Amino acid sequence: MTVRRTLFGAAALLALAPMAFAAGERGRDGEVRIIYWQAPSILNPFLSGGTKDVEAASMIIEPLARYDENGNLVPWLVEEIPTVANGGVSADLRQITWKIKPGIVWSDGTPFTSADVKFTWEYCSHPEGGCAQLTKFEGVTSVETPDDLTVIVNFDKPMPNPYGPFVGGESPIIQKAQFENCVGARAPECTDANFAPIGTGPFKVVEFRPNDVIRMVANENYREEGKPAFATVLFKGGGDATAAGRAVMETGEFDYAWNLQLAPDVIAEMEKGGKGKPIAGFGPLVERIMLNNTNPDPSLPPELRSVSIIENYEQKNPHPFLRDPAVYKAMSMAIDRPLLVEIGYGQAGKVTCNWVPAPEIYNSHTFDATCGVQDIAGANKLLDDAGIVDTDGDGIREKNGVPLKILYQTSTNAVRQDFQALIKQWWSEIGIETELRNINASVFFGGDPGSPDTFQKFYADVQMYANTFNGTDPQAYLANGLCDKAPRPETQWQGENISRFCMKEYDELWKKLSETADIEERAAIARQLNDMAVENGMMIPLVHRGRLSAHSNTLGGVKLNVWDSELWNVADWYRIK
Amino acid sequence: MLNYTIRRLILAVPTLLFIALTIFLLLELAPGDPVAHMPLTIPPEVRELMRKALGLGEPVHIRFWKWLVQFFWVEPQVFIDWLTTKSAIAGILPDTQFYVSCAGGDLATCDARILSWQFRSPVMDIVLQRLPQTLWVVGTAYLVAIVIAIPVGVYSAYRQYSWFDNAGTFITMVGFSVPPFFSGVLVIVIFSVQLGWFPSIYDTTHRVTDWDSFVFQLRQMVMPVMVLALQITSQISRFMRASMLDNLNQDYVRTARAKGMTEPTVVLVHVLRNSMIPVVTVIALGIPSIFGGAIITEQVFKVNGIGEMLIKAIEANDIPTVQTLTFIFAVLIVVFNLIADLLYGILDPRIRYD
Repeated sequence: MTVRRTLFGAAALLALAPMAFAAGERGRDGEVRIIYWQAPSILNPFLSGGTKDVEAASMIIEPLARYDENGNLVPWLVEEIPTVANGGVSADLRQITWKIKPGIVWSDGTPFTSADVKFTWEYCSHPEGGCAQLTKFEGVTSVETPDDLTVIVNFDKPMPNPYGPFVGGESPIIQKAQFENCVGARAPECTDANFAPIGTGPFKVVEFRPNDVIRMVANENYREEGKPAFATVLFKGGGDATAAGRAVMETGEFDYAWNLQLAPDVIAEMEKGGKGKPIAGFGPLVERIMLNNTNPDPSLPPELRSVSIIENYEQKNPHPFLRDPAVYKAMSMAIDRPLLVEIGYGQAGKVTCNWVPAPEIYNSHTFDATCGVQDIAGANKLLDDAGIVDTDGDGIREKNGVPLKILYQTSTNAVRQDFQALIKQWWSEIGIETELRNINASVFFGGDPGSPDTFQKFYADVQMYANTFNGTDPQAYLANGLCDKAPRPETQWQGENISRFCMKEYDELWKKLSETADIEERAAIARQLNDMAVENGMMIPLVHRGRLSAHSNTLGGVKLNVWDSELWNVADWYRIK
Repeated sequence: MLNYTIRRLILAVPTLLFIALTIFLLLELAPGDPVAHMPLTIPPEVRELMRKALGLGEPVHIRFWKWLVQFFWVEPQVFIDWLTTKSAIAGILPDTQFYVSCAGGDLATCDARILSWQFRSPVMDIVLQRLPQTLWVVGTAYLVAIVIAIPVGVYSAYRQYSWFDNAGTFITMVGFSVPPFFSGVLVIVIFSVQLGWFPSIYDTTHRVTDWDSFVFQLRQMVMPVMVLALQITSQISRFMRASMLDNLNQDYVRTARAKGMTEPTVVLVHVLRNSMIPVVTVIALGIPSIFGGAIITEQVFKVNGIGEMLIKAIEANDIPTVQTLTFIFAVLIVVFNLIADLLYGILDPRIRYD
């Protein structure tokens, strides 16, 4: 009996073996169809900062290491992540050594070596190239290649976070042989290379039609056996988010739709189509109201209006009432954040009162208790106690004789205009009058120093937009609160400190962050900086916004990643049968 | 006639130059920044370097002159090279090598083509890549519309105020007034989502090789052609009807009937020929719009032709692309205006230009 069963089992195994093999073959699942409603224009992410281009290219060219769906660094083309502990990062934090996995080849069959990595740095750091990812290489003084599989990056100063160069979808490695003649001013002449880079990734380009469609086939030289499961890719671009969502969830023509910025009820309606489902992931993107710390009075001359004048860490051109903690705290208390999330973002939004709500270790919990509760009565009491009351009976409070009248601007966008209307109503209930204004996004974010309507100029009392940072380290993002980063006429109105926030303690603490290497300690400082900025009237955070994409019910292996390219693990995607 | 044509062509040169300058200055004065659409995480210093790399550091007049040279000198060279080496028609001519590519060559002596700021590649290559989709979809819609509109217009006029005429008037009014962003989405919801007959997203890489692929091509063209043809039919059939009505009451029609000619001969030979004169002009003037594409319909069905290319270039502040495309449209409009004028003379012997 036992013998028979054993034999039977063995026979069954033998019968199954070829099937298992067949299931693991490269290209077994035919075609996968991806739709990006913003179409990729170029497949060289160094010549375009656009997310659509970076993500499309990430199927073809890869970095040394990248972030997984939880924001953890994972080795990609290297054996391990270098750290101080394993000796990969020098003790003075000025050098990092990457060890490339042996045996990796480009899709044209030639070996992938450290020379390609070094060339990538030279390509992007060329002064005439206009490389969009230049910040990834900030502080790099040289890249050494002692042998084919070792890359040593040297920095000009200690780098507590040395994972900028060659890490993440925005800093992939390009092939030296292909791009050698395309450095600097010659970059745009290499159309063939820019449209079909040779990579180490799971797919290679067959045809690229800019702003329209990309056809790809599996890379037969891909390093992992049996991957990718799909033989071909049709990567369509164009149209709008609604059409893309419909093509995946209602008609089933496509397998994956990227970044569906749609109203929650529209998504819910599409989901009823039954062909696919939405997935959400949360990065550090926060929709917030920035408070102008300077005086935006239109009667002021241009060299004073919304201009930060700092003497000894003190604002000499302060806003008449927005610097008063009672005012901005009351404004924050009057907002019903859960309602904003519900009408604006649905499952792609969460309530937050933090500037840096992710990754989780940087997320402060200081304001958790009060953040999700609207408290109009409390806000009124706070203002009354501070002596900011309505003295002339027009329903608007005054501070030192200045009525609390606010100009509230944002970019033109249906959700933002809904938010403006609601918040205007809530603020009117606490005796603050709000005038609303919306500006075309390309002007508002356009950065034209000649335009009075840019978010950098901030010719308003408060303004609403969303911002985020790349990767998982918030140090550079937190630098947006430093006094000297305020946009001013001398800087052609460039600068990231939009609210013109300035605080001595903040600047000092940030300096400490930039010198600290230990991750736990860094997280503690970052949370403290976050609390300091919110507590002292830099902004009113509203909604922690996620990324919402959709995939077909028959597409398996999708892990939505907000820390890197959404298509980071496309090699693992497969067809559910 | 020949003299007239030559005179008109010579006059077109300053007109087109003026148009080119106007477009360039309009784009120059309009607010906008080619790196504005990039993520906020890219700092201003890097943006400035990117702008320089796009050639924005140079003064306006130099950039306009460069564009003129590229459009009128370099691009024709590329076209002639392509004609003599790759094309089927002029392939028998000896191969030419006018254009000196910059790839790998000396940057000082090579010919710079018009490069798009979005793609960093020659604009004309993308135009040629986009043209087939647009010509297929918009061109088919135009043909379909003409084939439907002329008989409808003729019959509506012949039986004025009949139920057919009233129904025609109603449908053309609907066609006129319903915008394609509504009718397009409506047909997608009905025929793609509910019935599942046609794909809602146009596959531009599809090649017609056999019967099945031809059927697929037809299926994916049905909806955009339907939406576009409705609009164009409305316009042309109205013109046709009005022109027929003008002629039906003329003396020569009564004479023809009095001579004992059959009704079909009177209407389809005498009246139709005379009524076609203004309609042919309208049709000829509409042809540039085929090349211009249909911005909204192309967006709705993801046909990604010339119209889509133009609107995306405008959104991205891709000035070289916008400038080149709008200028090509201007050339087409000038040329087809001339053709319409000449056709007028041919169709109506009373009109003489000399």
